Amino acid sequence: MQRYFKTIRLFWSTAFASQLEYQLNFLIELLAMLGTLLGSVFILSLFFTGGRQLGDWTWESALVIQGVYTFLDGLTNALLRPNLTEIVNYVREGTLDYVLLKPIDSQFWLSVKKFSFAGLPEIILGLSIVFWATIQSVSTFSIYSLFVFIISLLIGFIILYSVWFLIAASSIWFVKTWNATEVLRALLAAGRYPISAYPVVLRFIFTLVLPVAFLTTFPAEAILGELKFNILFFGLILSTLFFIFSRLFWKFALKHYTSASS
Amino acid sequence: MHNNPSDLIVVDQLSKYYRVANKQPGFKGTLKHFFDRKTYDVPAVTDISFKISRGEVVGFLGANGAGKTTLLKMMCGLIHPSIGLVDVGGFSPQRRQTAFLKEITLVMGQKQQLIWDLPPMDSLYVNAAVYGLSDHEAKVRINELAEMLELGEELTRPVRKLSLGQRMKSEILAALLHKPSVLFLDEPTLGLDVNAQARVRSFLSEYNKRTGATILLTSHYMADITALCPRVICIHKGKLFYDGDLDSLANSLSPSREVKVELKNPSASEQFVKYGEIQDLNDRFVCLLVSRDKLTDVVSNLLTEFDIIDLEISDPPIDKLIGELFIKGEVN
Repeated sequence: MQRYFKTIRLFWSTAFASQLEYQLNFLIELLAMLGTLLGSVFILSLFFTGGRQLGDWTWESALVIQGVYTFLDGLTNALLRPNLTEIVNYVREGTLDYVLLKPIDSQFWLSVKKFSFAGLPEIILGLSIVFWATIQSVSTFSIYSLFVFIISLLIGFIILYSVWFLIAASSIWFVKTWNATEVLRALLAAGRYPISAYPVVLRFIFTLVLPVAFLTTFPAEAILGELKFNILFFGLILSTLFFIFSRLFWKFALKHYTSASS
Repeated sequence: MHNNPSDLIVVDQLSKYYRVANKQPGFKGTLKHFFDRKTYDVPAVTDISFKISRGEVVGFLGANGAGKTTLLKMMCGLIHPSIGLVDVGGFSPQRRQTAFLKEITLVMGQKQQLIWDLPPMDSLYVNAAVYGLSDHEAKVRINELAEMLELGEELTRPVRKLSLGQRMKSEILAALLHKPSVLFLDEPTLGLDVNAQARVRSFLSEYNKRTGATILLTSHYMADITALCPRVICIHKGKLFYDGDLDSLANSLSPSREVKVELKNPSASEQFVKYGEIQDLNDRFVCLLVSRDKLTDVVSNLLTEFDIIDLEISDPPIDKLIGELFIKGEVN
């Protein structure tokens, strides 16, 4: 376990050093991130001009969702995108061989090897929006709802990670992955708005089929103290299942890789 | 499985088939390929058996696509065999157990593991952490290997700024950090210039002597094999073709050598007939084919009898000879 922590520390410090090798690129990434963020807050503000409501959410509570979205998007940019889009290159260039011969879990290696620090401000901003908007909306929140919030964020993140990893792992067969990861980003983007703002059919799909609701709406409800316990429980089970499935799928994919590669 | 305790690697009746689909060219072929895919098994390695003892340096020879890399990858656990057994130090490689992975290493000349934008040193410490080495152990080990590989400040320069030779040496350092006892090297000198090739070779031979590590190597450069491997295993079309020492392979392949002589004065051809088969003769240049056992006598006689400006004995190009061997083998 200690070995894994030390490995992560070295992975990320080398990732940081790599990014600083190209200073200008780093600055541009930061600027691009700020632009995206301002854009999405502006769009959201449009919905609420003239006293309109989004679903049954007020401006402040919808802003909580926007905060959760920003946080998850930051985490995606920092961790998921740099690592999971790289898997296809490991397969294509054959350097996956080196990873498989390391005495360390290959899914671990492929999932945390890189960390893009340009995602960090977005993570911090997202959390700040969540807390600011929560205080605006319900004036206070309990330690309990903070705890539930953290758990539901974790649930959302694990679901997003597992689905993304599944798609990335399929590159073992397809090698040149189709832009499936873009579909996922669109999925996450659908979570920018409260789930109740969507028509009933989409609401149903986003909760049960593509668990978008777990990504943003439920964590936001959690911090606002509105999340029902049975949903949290369902989320825990769902995310565990997703994660286990991603591991099994990876093992299965590797079996194919090692019996077919040359 | 281990009949003899000194056998480190036992490969027994090993075969590997790949399932491939056949696609005809053109749009029609593409449609057919999509809806009614015809697959068939292509043998990459067929019924190969051999044993390798601890500390041996063995070269794998064969043309492109002969099955060398498949064989190497089955021994390090990256490819599952279709039929047969591989045993490396008591482990079944395909299970890739931690204890096994800590004992082996793989270097592929055409693929790199070092982080491109950073100096090799950063990648080395990442590897050290993955293998559970302490910072102190890693430092001692890096210094030791860097000295053997003649690497100094290159280790703190970004990999992208290193020459191919420096990069390859750094790759080798990264691969040897955890003191593996079995080295799998797939074309480790690919693309290197002659000097860099020689340095990699002398390092490997030194490493083998110092640590007693077993080295299995494939290479296109015959010089790698002749300099390093007392024993060679030839693979042709997935089958074991020859397994034995290099000297007897070379002798059986080419009983004679080429002797090229430049004379001061033109001489008649009959004067040379007694020395060997005349390949070429014009004016002052003679090219003779002389059998290996008579070579020294012939050369000393030539030098005393004629006024010679230049004399050159050329090694028959062994890769060409091996090519001939493979063709002969097919006929048999």
